[in-house]
Amino acid sequence: MTATLPATVKLTYREAMRAAIREALQRDERVFLMGEDVGRYGGCFAVSQGLLAEFGPERVRDTPLSEDTFVGAGIGAALAGMRPIVEIMTVNFSLLALDQIMNNAATLLHMSGGQFNVPLVIRMTTGAGRQLAAQHSHSLEGWFAHIPGLKILVPATLEDARGMLWPALQDPDPVLIFENGRLYTLEGELPAEPPPVDIAHAAVRRPGDDLTLITYGGTLGTALAAADRLAAEGIDAEVIDLRVLRPLDDATVLASVARTHRAVIVDEGWRSGGLSAEVSARIMEGAFYDLDAPVARVCSAEVPMPYPYHLEQAALPQPDTVAAAARALIGAAHG
Amino acid sequence: MTVQQASPPFTIERDHALALLHQMLRIRRFEEKCVELYSATKIRGFVHLYIGEEAVAAGVMPALAADDAIVATYREHGQALARGLPMRAVMAEMYGRVEGCSRGRGGSMHLFDAAARFYGGNAIVGGGLPLAVGVALADRMRGLNRVTACFFGDGAAAEGVFHESLNLASLWQLPVLFLCENNLYAMGTALERAHARTDLAARAASYGLPSEAIDGMDVLAVEAATARAAAEVRAGGGPRFLEFRTYRFRAHSLYDPELYRDRDEVERWKARDPIALFAGALREQGLLDDEAMARLEDDVAAEIADAVAFAEAGALEPVEDLTRFVYSEERRP
Repeated sequence: MTATLPATVKLTYREAMRAAIREALQRDERVFLMGEDVGRYGGCFAVSQGLLAEFGPERVRDTPLSEDTFVGAGIGAALAGMRPIVEIMTVNFSLLALDQIMNNAATLLHMSGGQFNVPLVIRMTTGAGRQLAAQHSHSLEGWFAHIPGLKILVPATLEDARGMLWPALQDPDPVLIFENGRLYTLEGELPAEPPPVDIAHAAVRRPGDDLTLITYGGTLGTALAAADRLAAEGIDAEVIDLRVLRPLDDATVLASVARTHRAVIVDEGWRSGGLSAEVSARIMEGAFYDLDAPVARVCSAEVPMPYPYHLEQAALPQPDTVAAAARALIGAAHG
Repeated sequence: MTVQQASPPFTIERDHALALLHQMLRIRRFEEKCVELYSATKIRGFVHLYIGEEAVAAGVMPALAADDAIVATYREHGQALARGLPMRAVMAEMYGRVEGCSRGRGGSMHLFDAAARFYGGNAIVGGGLPLAVGVALADRMRGLNRVTACFFGDGAAAEGVFHESLNLASLWQLPVLFLCENNLYAMGTALERAHARTDLAARAASYGLPSEAIDGMDVLAVEAATARAAAEVRAGGGPRFLEFRTYRFRAHSLYDPELYRDRDEVERWKARDPIALFAGALREQGLLDDEAMARLEDDVAAEIADAVAFAEAGALEPVEDLTRFVYSEERRP
C-alpha cells in the first residue's frame, strides 16, 4: 500500500485561522495582511506566526499603533485593486477605527451610486474570559451588525475558523470577522483538505425538539454544554450557531422555533439594544404564534468587564444560567 | 517656512495661461450659480463654496496624470470640475438626480467618479487621508507608477488621523501628495485658536516629508510646486506635503452667518483674488484683452446653462432603488 496523506489533521482554532490566512496569501497575490504586530511578533495572539518569514514584509505588514489609519489604508487599498486582510488586536481597539469602518467602508458603495466597492476583510479578537478587564474584553460585534453595508462573521468552530476567510475575501464588500479569544486554544480535527463553508447561513450544531438555544461565537460551547445538562434531565435542546450576524439568517432560526416553540438566546454582548434583542424581535415578527413561551435571553451582565476571575465568570453567560433559563421556559410552557 | 511665489514677469504659453484662467472662472461661476439655485431651493443640504480658493484646484490638476488618483474633501466642487468631471454630472448631483456623478446619492459633499479615479468628496474632516495612503499602497504593490493626491484643509491637521497618515505614508515611502488647503478657518475656528503651532508645513516636515508652503492665490505657483512635488513622488521619493495658503471668500457653508471673522480681513484677502490677480498679470503680459476675457466668460456661461438644463431635465432615482448598492450586485473579479 502506498503512503497517503492523512485524512484529517489535528489543530487548534488559532492554527486553523493561520492556515486560512496562509492559503489566502498563496492563492491570491492581491491578498496581504496588515496590522499591529502581525509580522515580527507573530500576532498579538500568535495567529500569524511564521507568515512574515514565508511571505515577506510587503505582504505581512507591521503597522504603527494607528487603527484609524491602517484600517482606512486597508479600505483605500481595497478600492484600488488589492484584497487586504486587516487585523485589529481587539474589538475595543476597533473603536479607534470606527470612523473608517462606518463612514467609509460601509458607506462608499451606496454614496458613490455603486461605483466604489470595498473588498476588505477586517479580523479582530472579541470576548472575555481571560481576565483582561474592561478595555480588552467586550463583545461589540452586535454594534457592527447594526451597520448596513457590512457583513459580520463569527466563526465558532474549527471548520469556520479555517473556512470563512476565503469566501470573505471573495466577497466584493467589507467583511468583519470576530474571533472570540477563548476559542484560540480550541482543539480538534479537520479534514486535510477542508471543504468550503458558506458565509450566509446559520447552522444547527445540535438537533433537538424541545427548545432552541440560539447563539454564536464564544458562547456556542456554553450553549452546547447547557444542552448536555438539559439532555440528562430529559430536555432535548436544539443549538443554533448564527455564524453570520449580518445579514441574519432568519429562516434557520424561525424554522427551528416553529418546531420547538421555545427559544433562549445566548449572547456574550450586553442585553440592552444588543444582538439578542434583534434576534428576539425577529422571532416575535416571524414566529409569534408558534411560541409556547416568551423568548428568553441570557447575556453578559451590564457592567464593564471586571478583572477578577469570579466576577468575570459571574458576568458571562454560563452553562448553568443557560440551562436554568431553558428549564424556566419548559416550566412556563407546562405551567 | 518661506512662501514661494511665482514672481512676474513670467513666461507661459498663452493657451495654457488661458486654460488656467478658464478653469478658475468655470469653478467660480459654477458656484455662483449654485448659490442662486440654492436660494431657489433647487439644491439643498450643506453646500461648501470654494470661491477664493480656485487657484489651488486649477493649479494642481494640470500637474497630475490621468491615471493618478484624487481624494477630495467636502468642499470639492472645484477639485471635481478641475479634475475633469463633466459639469453636467456635477450639477445633476447637486440636484440629486440619477444622472449625477454619484447617482444623486451623495450631493454636494460626495462627488465620485471611478473613471477619473476621483475617490470622492469626504465629509469627515481628515477621513480621506488614510484612504489616500491605502490607494497609494495598492498602486505601489501593483507596480503602477501613480501618484495619489489627497486634499484636506487646515482643520484636518488637528485630527489624530492626519498625524497617523503622514507618519505611515512617510514610514512606507508611499506615493502620496498631501495637499493642504489652508484657508485659515476650520469652519468658524481660526487656525491660531486651534493649533499650538500654526505652521502646518513645518509640522508635516517633522514626519520626514519634504514640505513647503505655497501662495495658494497664485495659480502658477500652485501648478509649479505641484508639478515639482508630483515628479519627485513619481520618481520614488516618497510622499510630499504642500500647504497652499488660501482663503475662502464666502461663508463656510450656506448656513453660516460669519460671526467669527471681520469684514476687513475678508476684504484684504479679496484684494488678492486669484482670478483677478492672474487676469491682471496676463493683461500686463499682453496675453489677455477684453475680447479674450469676454470669450472665456461666454464659454463658461454657456457650459453652466447647459449643465443646469441637463440637471433640470434629469430624473429622480426611483424609490424602489433605495436599497441598491448597500451591497454589491455582482461578484467582481
